[in-house]
Amino acid sequence: MTSKRIVLRFPPRLINRPIVSDLVKRYDLEFNILKAYVTQREEGLLVLEISGTSDACERGLNYLAEVGVSVQPLSQDIVRDDDRCTHCGLCVSVCPSGALALDRETMMVLFDNEKCIACELCIKACPTRAMELHF
Amino acid sequence: MPKTIKEINERIAKGKAVVLTAEEIIDLVEEKGLDKAAEEVDVVTTGTFGPMCSSGAYINIGHAKPRIKLGGGKTYLNDIPAYAALAAADLYIGAAALPDDDPRNKKHPGGFEYGGGHLIHDLVAGEDIRLVATAYGTDCYPRKKLETWINIKDLNEAVLFNPRNAYQNYNCAVNVSDEIIYTYMGVLKPGLGNANYCSAGQLSPLLNDPLYKTTGIGTRIFLGGAQGYVVWHGTQHDPGVARGDNGVPLAPAGTLAVLGDLKQMQPKWLVGASLQGYGATLTVGIGIPIPILNAEICKYTAVKDEDLYAPIMDYSEAYPQCKPGSLGKVSYAQLKTGSITVDGKEVPTASLSSYPKAREIAGILKGWIQKGEFLLTEPLAGLPGPDSGYAFTSLPERPIE
Repeated sequence: MTSKRIVLRFPPRLINRPIVSDLVKRYDLEFNILKAYVTQREEGLLVLEISGTSDACERGLNYLAEVGVSVQPLSQDIVRDDDRCTHCGLCVSVCPSGALALDRETMMVLFDNEKCIACELCIKACPTRAMELHF
Repeated sequence: MPKTIKEINERIAKGKAVVLTAEEIIDLVEEKGLDKAAEEVDVVTTGTFGPMCSSGAYINIGHAKPRIKLGGGKTYLNDIPAYAALAAADLYIGAAALPDDDPRNKKHPGGFEYGGGHLIHDLVAGEDIRLVATAYGTDCYPRKKLETWINIKDLNEAVLFNPRNAYQNYNCAVNVSDEIIYTYMGVLKPGLGNANYCSAGQLSPLLNDPLYKTTGIGTRIFLGGAQGYVVWHGTQHDPGVARGDNGVPLAPAGTLAVLGDLKQMQPKWLVGASLQGYGATLTVGIGIPIPILNAEICKYTAVKDEDLYAPIMDYSEAYPQCKPGSLGKVSYAQLKTGSITVDGKEVPTASLSSYPKAREIAGILKGWIQKGEFLLTEPLAGLPGPDSGYAFTSLPERPIE
């Protein structure tokens, strides 16, 4: 079993198609929706965690690409600007997934973007705006 | 054997001074005892880096041709209104200033993306700043409009002048209500969902000089990456609050007014900050050296996080409504573990003040002193102390009929 966190962008023509359910039916993948919305240009944006066999994950992702969904790993999306971060730690208490955590020895803020679910709560909580969204 | 500041300065000038940070002195005192440590060590350096809202800078832009009297008119710098009621070419930029068209909290919580603190940061970073001014015109200052780029390198003076910085201790903020609140202490989740604090604890300047024995008017300090000065006690200075046996206040107490040449400062140590739903401010880096004149002063600098306590205050009701009383006290050592217990509930903690940056500042100041680049000053006058009777009062409101 592997699991991947991915950001999917659906062009307007695909919005009405049940593509995610195909992932379940055809490729036996499980999914957990982390975020979903439709942008003003009527592009659908979906952040999913999918899990299944590594073969199924790969075939599922290929299917998404074939039908015209753009796929990107989630970890690229929330980025910390290390020049702006002052390591105050204010983001730590709003982060629901533990992606932002304090090293209690050094009191430095650690950011593990593998754990990040791109909820964006840290973006506004950060006083120096060191957390950026790169969707 | 007590030392004098003069003797310490002689050792600093020779590059022979023994300088430790306020963290390092803790270990030395534990290892060698107070008397030996006090004898060996000349200076202990402190540091703090946190949002300090009562901050600002005054600048003199030089005279335009023909002349314009900014005083009494309106001046904007990057759309931030500057205080223009100081003669013709002087302006004061307050850290909390916002553009006139900032939506503020109209859509709550506001973002406050760019304010006076950000402007000061950009100015220090050497960026060009857009100045737009209108004036009423006089015979000697005929011009009524000015639009120009300005840059810190061309200004006659650029001076950071902060009326209230370096709070001696601060509240630990919580929210007992059932709704999320947005405060200057950060976002506070309902039902004691989190607790935010704002002090460097054992590294914090005035927690290492609790009775203001060495810090006073004229004390040379690290300010925003350059050398600055303590010029007065800060606004809301409140030395008479309850103190522990170690002399350290158990609530927000002393404050400092500080000043220094903005042209020498570094953007890294003056950073604009946006507090969601609250406003814009400036994060200021300050470090104060403490001359170890005797064992008593050494003892104060060896204070540890476990001996420093912050009052736990409810920011949903008690703070805004000025209701006295706290939900207890908690040590900085406990706050730094990431979790405290309030009313039997485990509450995660976070800090607004950066401990790693406070440590870095104490280290930089230590380096300056070791290299002989920074000499200590004898205070010209002391700050009002615990027994001075000086106190912070709330507003005696007298409604206007």
